[in-house]
Amino acid sequence: MIYIKLFLVFFKIGLFSIGGGLATIPFLQEIVRKYGWITSQDLLDMIAISESTPGPIGINTATFVGYKTAGVFGGIISTIGIVTPSIIIITIIAHYFGKINEKPIVQAGFYGLRPAVIGLIGAAAFEVAKISLLNIDEFVNTGSLITLFNLKGIALFVAILYLMDKYKKHPIVYLIGAAVVGIIFKY
Amino acid sequence: MRELWELFIVFARIGGFTFGGGYAMLPIIQEEVVEKRGWATEEEVIDYYAIGQCTPGIIAVNTATFIGYKLKGIIGAIFATLGMVFPSVVIITLIAAFFRQFQDYAIVQHAFGGIRVAVVALILNAIVKMWNNSVKDIVGIVIFIAAFIVVAFMELSPIVVIVASATAGIIIQSRRMDMR
Repeated sequence: MIYIKLFLVFFKIGLFSIGGGLATIPFLQEIVRKYGWITSQDLLDMIAISESTPGPIGINTATFVGYKTAGVFGGIISTIGIVTPSIIIITIIAHYFGKINEKPIVQAGFYGLRPAVIGLIGAAAFEVAKISLLNIDEFVNTGSLITLFNLKGIALFVAILYLMDKYKKHPIVYLIGAAVVGIIFKY
Repeated sequence: MRELWELFIVFARIGGFTFGGGYAMLPIIQEEVVEKRGWATEEEVIDYYAIGQCTPGIIAVNTATFIGYKLKGIIGAIFATLGMVFPSVVIITLIAAFFRQFQDYAIVQHAFGGIRVAVVALILNAIVKMWNNSVKDIVGIVIFIAAFIVVAFMELSPIVVIVASATAGIIIQSRRMDMR
């Protein structure tokens, strides 16, 4: 039955993709080859759609493939499939985490981990900054430093930092505001 | 029941406004979970991220499950996770059913051009807020810089960074204890 198959395939993806949504892509390519539920063009469209919609990329792709294969219920089943391993594994870890996290060795581990996580988050921000605040391709082509900076992007960036510091509103306010500015000024 | 519903709603809000991967949800987690509701401390959120990064599954879901479990046990973990995925399921189903060329519309591309700028600003702001709780001394600064450089410029897997930095933390702290 297609629902059981969808559940199992996405359960497997959830179980073996470690470290973020893009880690699911090799598994999705396997789906294209092995099951033919989606075509490679679907896969490309889907990655583009996932990047232009809210929500974790892994979840978006699971819903999309499930829907394409077996309708609304297929989308739901695939999504439940991909999150089930997380719920099981993290529940087990969280259960023991409460008991071991005061131990000196665990605290020592986190002493090293926390700055590294901040570094990883910084690197994620840098990835987005490269496409939204800089024009790397243009800079490589022309070689002039002026072209490296996306002035429109940087102006909005500075404005948002200033407003955040001054008004401390909910992050959603800035996201919606930036979308509106983006539409009006064609970012 | 009311608390479970609140978990669902809060994580649905987080899922609905996470643009571009697990790390982009940090500013909203900080606002909703740490500052507004006190469900977890800033250190705990960072620890959950670290664990979520090197365990199977999607980081955003792993973090939601962790916070849900901390508050209400297994049923809390399930509600938080369902909340997190709910907006995706609705939005992607609508797009798949009605506008397959969604990402090609100029208005969508312009909106996302703006949103990406905001995401950089929000993450930067979140990092500044977490800095004092996470980077305690010169060792922390060195680990931060090293982690940033190897992932941003050398495209090393974040999992390697997590394992290496935890090991470094244990070695450095145990040396310090020996010296005392």
